[in-house]
Amino acid sequence: MTEPFLVVSGLDAFYGAAQILFSVGFELAPGEVVALMGRNGAGKTTTLESIMGLVARRTGSIVFRGRELVRLRPYEIARLGLGFVPEDRRIFTDLTVLENLEVGRRRPMQSSETASEPWTPERLFQLFPNLAEARNRSAGRMSGGEQQMLTIARTLMGNPLAILLDEPSEGIAPIIVDQMIGMIAELKRSGVAILVSEQNLPFAAAVADRAYILEHGQIKFTDDIRSLIQNEEARRAYLEL
Amino acid sequence: MSLSGLFVQALNGLAAASTLFLLASGLSLIFGVTRIVNFAHGSFYMLGAYVAWSLTDRLQGAIGFWFSIIAGAAAIGVIGMIVELTIMRRIYRAPELFQLLATFALTLVIKDATLALWGAEDLLGPRAPGLAGAITILDRRVPQYDLALIASGPLVLLALQLLLTRTRWGVLVRAATQDRQMVAALGVNQAVLFTSVFALGAALAGLGGALQLPREPAGLSMDMTAIGDAFVVVVVGGMGSIPGAFVAALLIAEVKALCIALGDWQTPLGFIVAFPKFTLVAEFAVMAIVLILRPWGLMGRPDTTIRPQGSTSSLLTQPGTRQSWFIAGFALLLFAAPLLVEARSYTLVFGIDVLTAVLFAASLHFLMGPGGMHSFGHAAYFGLGAYAAALCAKALNWPMWAALVAAPAGGLIGAILFGWFCVRLSGVYLAMLTLAFSQIVWSVVYQWDGLTGGSNGIVGVWPSSWYSSKAAFYCLAVIVCGGATLLLRRILFAPFGYAMRAARDSVARSEAIGLDVRRIQWIAFSIAGAFAGLAGGLFAFSKGSISPETLGVSRSIDGLVMVLLGGVDTISGPIVGAAVFLFLQDQIARHVEYWRAILGLFILALVLLFPAGIVGTIRAWTLRR
Repeated sequence: MTEPFLVVSGLDAFYGAAQILFSVGFELAPGEVVALMGRNGAGKTTTLESIMGLVARRTGSIVFRGRELVRLRPYEIARLGLGFVPEDRRIFTDLTVLENLEVGRRRPMQSSETASEPWTPERLFQLFPNLAEARNRSAGRMSGGEQQMLTIARTLMGNPLAILLDEPSEGIAPIIVDQMIGMIAELKRSGVAILVSEQNLPFAAAVADRAYILEHGQIKFTDDIRSLIQNEEARRAYLEL
Repeated sequence: MSLSGLFVQALNGLAAASTLFLLASGLSLIFGVTRIVNFAHGSFYMLGAYVAWSLTDRLQGAIGFWFSIIAGAAAIGVIGMIVELTIMRRIYRAPELFQLLATFALTLVIKDATLALWGAEDLLGPRAPGLAGAITILDRRVPQYDLALIASGPLVLLALQLLLTRTRWGVLVRAATQDRQMVAALGVNQAVLFTSVFALGAALAGLGGALQLPREPAGLSMDMTAIGDAFVVVVVGGMGSIPGAFVAALLIAEVKALCIALGDWQTPLGFIVAFPKFTLVAEFAVMAIVLILRPWGLMGRPDTTIRPQGSTSSLLTQPGTRQSWFIAGFALLLFAAPLLVEARSYTLVFGIDVLTAVLFAASLHFLMGPGGMHSFGHAAYFGLGAYAAALCAKALNWPMWAALVAAPAGGLIGAILFGWFCVRLSGVYLAMLTLAFSQIVWSVVYQWDGLTGGSNGIVGVWPSSWYSSKAAFYCLAVIVCGGATLLLRRILFAPFGYAMRAARDSVARSEAIGLDVRRIQWIAFSIAGAFAGLAGGLFAFSKGSISPETLGVSRSIDGLVMVLLGGVDTISGPIVGAAVFLFLQDQIARHVEYWRAILGLFILALVLLFPAGIVGTIRAWTLRR
């Protein structure tokens, strides 16, 4: 494995008095796609939101490219090159598609790690042809799948080095899921690291290199994705209903 | 009434609408992005007029005049920026009532600063050079400046729309209005966005005030009238909607103009309806109607946040045996007070004031804390009780005890009537509707000379001979206020109290277990109104006279300050809050000229340092030990 890129260790997170995460730890290498798996309520979304600084109280350590994130605010974390795609999409429904992309726009970072050229709306429309037709339409009038595409495109406008992708296959049509798999592969080729939270093993198997499994807010299992597919015992223990 | 008269009034309405829009658009913009209801917005408007006055005083000619207007607006923008950086920034996460309280404190500080800098006299501004004349339309003279004002509204609307849709800043503002956390997660520094929005909003208010200068003098009462108007326009238009604010400003200004144009109308039944008198109520009547038909304003959208996140109210606890003994001992001490101090002394008078304030604050707390309904117009029920008692005593010659029974009845009837509408709304909209109703009550009382004595009020409301000594009346106040406060407290631990608190915490879950939330809230509203009315009745007899001031906005605000001072989530909070507040007001007002500023700074310090109120903070300390 290459030098660590995103290293989470001893991460605890709380909603009010309730502790959701218990000493969660994992790593993500540059250009790697890692699946964060587990059943509903296991703490996948909370983990991603904790990294992004969107959880009110979190302790432990989250180091991204040598910077400690625990004390930083969400916008500072985003500016370090971390993109966040929320599960519930959170697109700006009052804005047009192009305006949504504009909110996400950030200059690429001065770094040798971003070899590829910066994202523009035109480049994104090649990746997501559906969005091109709707560019001046109100984002609130789009289908669920299109909105999911828009959230990812919006995050890419910030030219992130790593993306936290929360349940991308949730609630969208199978044909869009296939598009999504292709898109993640494309992003990986361009050198972006991706941490994807996912319940669906076939989807994770199609996109990820490795997987961590969360249960009750703790990392219970980690392995290569291929080994996980073969490990019936782990699948039954942590993933199946 | 002629057609040309109607036309001129309509033009007048358009000019007024422009000013209203300038004022309201800034308020709406600030609310949309920061979720802060900026009470100090009227103060920015007032300051705009004063700063422009000073500038036009020094700079002559057309260029000097227009430069003064623009520079005045810019100066207010800078002041807004300073306010955001020093105060607002620290309270974005605080409960919305604290934000309101902080901005209200700011109005006190700004008012006294204005008084110190410019004096108490109204300052007459210059005519606008080049626009000082009038042109003739339909045989009527219309001031040229009014036409310029009429144009200013649509121009500013256009400029704002361009700014919001054609610039990156505008796109970010609109995105933040919808989901500011997501905007932050995309790497946008909200702090910069918030500061710039606040500065722009303040500058718009300043521009409105400065542009008003050739039409009316700069005066110290501009802030409160302006904020009232601005609130109404923003709420009618829909909070956060700029076009909504424009439509609402037009609607309200034209309704007012129509009232003036209609004049007195001789009804077939013989009595005269004086429409011009309705102007004071017109905007609030429009607001009440709009909120009932469209609870989120003409162009607003439903507010999804029921309660601010993370503000889990602490549990209320039943008094234990020790606390019961403590309460009993405290009551005995209160009774013994007349023996300890000289009879007829000022201390007893002050004690009566505190006791009525405690009951008033406790009734407001009942509504706001456990009831979860924020009222900005609680003084209406206090005042209805006071007037009911005074009228029964004076006009009907009822004995004091009967008048004191009529007082809560007066508050109750008002609360039943207005509460029916209010419980249909929630959050800021509910607060604004309560404010609207209290303004309507105030206007009616102020204008109904025949019944209420108008601005003079009712004088000579004295207690029965039994209670004519201060000490006796004081003991009556202890019994009534103490008993009523304990009763309010008792209700919280009755099944109704549990239902009420459940309805506050989750409407959906309460309804799912079979509670009729609206009915519960309506009953709670009525109970709070009745107890406020009782406090008002005692107040009338203790003062001997009442005036429209008794039910003015400032009393509602005083009540809010008392409750928040003590802490919303504690039962004894309002008692401590009322006592501390009155003590401070009494002490500061007696010894310091600029007492408003001192009070304002005190409230600001309190909000910034003790966000849980006095009792809440003490309890947090003791719990930590």
